[in-house]
Amino acid sequence: MGRIYKKPVSMTKIAMRYCPGCGHSIAHRLIAEVIDELDIRERAVGIAPVGCSVFLDEYMDCDMIQVPHGRGCASATGMKRVRPDLIVFSYQGDGDLAAIGTAETIHAATRSENFTVIFINNAIYGMTGGQQAPTTMPGQKTTTNPYGREVKVHGYPIKVCEMLSALDGPIYLERVAVNNVPNVLKAKRAIKKAFQIQLDGLGFTLVEILSPCPTGWGVIPKKACEYVDEKMSKYYPLGVYKDLTKKK
Amino acid sequence: MKNMEKYKMGEKVLMKGNEALAEGAVRAGCRFFAGYPITPQNEIPEYLSWRIFEVGGTFIQSESEIAAINMIFGVAACGVRGMTSSSGCGISLKQEGISYIASAELPFFYANIIRGGPGLGNIAPAQSDYFQATRGGGHGDYRVIVLAPNSVTEMGNFPKLAYDLADKYRNPCMVLADGLLGQMMEPMEFNFDWVDPDKLPPKDYIVTGCKGRPRRIINTLHMIPSILEKHNWHLYEKYQRIEENEVRFEGCNLEDAEIVIVAYGTSARISTEAVIKGRKKGIKVGLFRPITLWPFPKKAINELADRVKKLLVVEMNMGQMVEDVEIAVSGKSAIHFLGRPGGSLPTGDEVLDKVEEILSKPASPERERGK
Repeated sequence: MGRIYKKPVSMTKIAMRYCPGCGHSIAHRLIAEVIDELDIRERAVGIAPVGCSVFLDEYMDCDMIQVPHGRGCASATGMKRVRPDLIVFSYQGDGDLAAIGTAETIHAATRSENFTVIFINNAIYGMTGGQQAPTTMPGQKTTTNPYGREVKVHGYPIKVCEMLSALDGPIYLERVAVNNVPNVLKAKRAIKKAFQIQLDGLGFTLVEILSPCPTGWGVIPKKACEYVDEKMSKYYPLGVYKDLTKKK
Repeated sequence: MKNMEKYKMGEKVLMKGNEALAEGAVRAGCRFFAGYPITPQNEIPEYLSWRIFEVGGTFIQSESEIAAINMIFGVAACGVRGMTSSSGCGISLKQEGISYIASAELPFFYANIIRGGPGLGNIAPAQSDYFQATRGGGHGDYRVIVLAPNSVTEMGNFPKLAYDLADKYRNPCMVLADGLLGQMMEPMEFNFDWVDPDKLPPKDYIVTGCKGRPRRIINTLHMIPSILEKHNWHLYEKYQRIEENEVRFEGCNLEDAEIVIVAYGTSARISTEAVIKGRKKGIKVGLFRPITLWPFPKKAINELADRVKKLLVVEMNMGQMVEDVEIAVSGKSAIHFLGRPGGSLPTGDEVLDKVEEILSKPASPERERGK
């Protein structure tokens, strides 16, 4: 009998150091599977952010660069402009993409730079110990919202797909989740579509992934997966926010 | 390829400093520019916004200085000669990215056309960013090579030198000029041949897709202290090689000088007038002009101090390079200082008056402050 499940070629043998139940490892694997299936490993350059996934460069078996906090979309712009033959993806968390790097994200999107952003939304700062993220939901507790996020003090969360969909530049924006098997399969389809759009040279693509963070949320992994359904996807509805490939 | 070349080598052309710098960068192989408007350097992006497309390059007016420098990070990581430019506060915003690029050991070129500071300051020429430039500028232990032109010809030719040094040492290299050098027009000529970027030596450290080789990682995170320490000592060794090999300076009337003015860039140009006028009056005054501000010509100034007992440092700031001169001189000569901060310029006569005043008094070991 042949093997039907194995490690993607685009992943290294290094064991991931993520917490049990973390969504990053699933997202990493999905990207690697898509790179394998599209046969673009030898043309791919990935961008690792600052945050829990700063070690992405150890896990992906393709050329990688780790850039300053929030600047993935700027560095990706430079790379793709001078080497349009490369397949560039920027992997960023919510603090990276929607707080410190908001300007870089919006402007790369509005210029419709032809690269792919994988945006991990877990509503919290994982690496620094569970502080408020720009995507922390009203009432959600973090180490800097010990009584829950109070919108009168901290403002409302940023809904990235909704915000970017108001721009003319983005080609494809979809929000998915990696908390159960059907959602993981949908997430993979979205990632593959985003990479294909880049291969076709059409422009800016972003896939937002709602991702469980049991450690940051202070719950067991099973509860974290349920929380994505019960709380997160109510506030951040899953679905396609923009798809210009269907026009024409 | 030939028709891309706008000017022949050695051809006399009348150009603005900022435009000479921009054309010089293109001529030296620059194929990507990103930047954000700020006076007094706007002619650089304005020129490149059309010129760089003529040679098959790309221009982006970025959303911020921070975005610009990080675009350059990506461009340098792909092995392409990229450039950014700014002034004062804009360079402050770029420092985070410059630190990353220095740590990643990627080559690129940038220019600071200094304006008055601190804060928003003003748009007049100044030399107040000397400390920022020569000490690295951002966080962490690192250095950038700093070239200080004093003419439009040097503005046009230093980008080539900067790219070559950057490539040679895999290090950022900057031109530190000011609003006067950027804005003024004078005849200039390029002293180097058109560079075809496709013919530059290949780089084995860039990310190009891992076809036919193991993957490459460009990374500035070293979680284990012993590994980061090793990386720091590796950078230190490189900086030492740069200090040994790349010091550049120029001297004028030093042989019989009783007093030597030490100045760079615009203040060196102004001081030249003082030297010419002083010599006509029979005053034995010379000029020492550092061309590389880092590496600083420590040894040459130290040797100069063996025979010249009076030095006058002239700067358009409150006194920054004067500290490097003090270190270089090690107490062997008296150091005097004439400074005009805030976007003001000294005049040649003002410098000469100071020279005459110093010569009228006995040499004092204490550095004299103020104008």
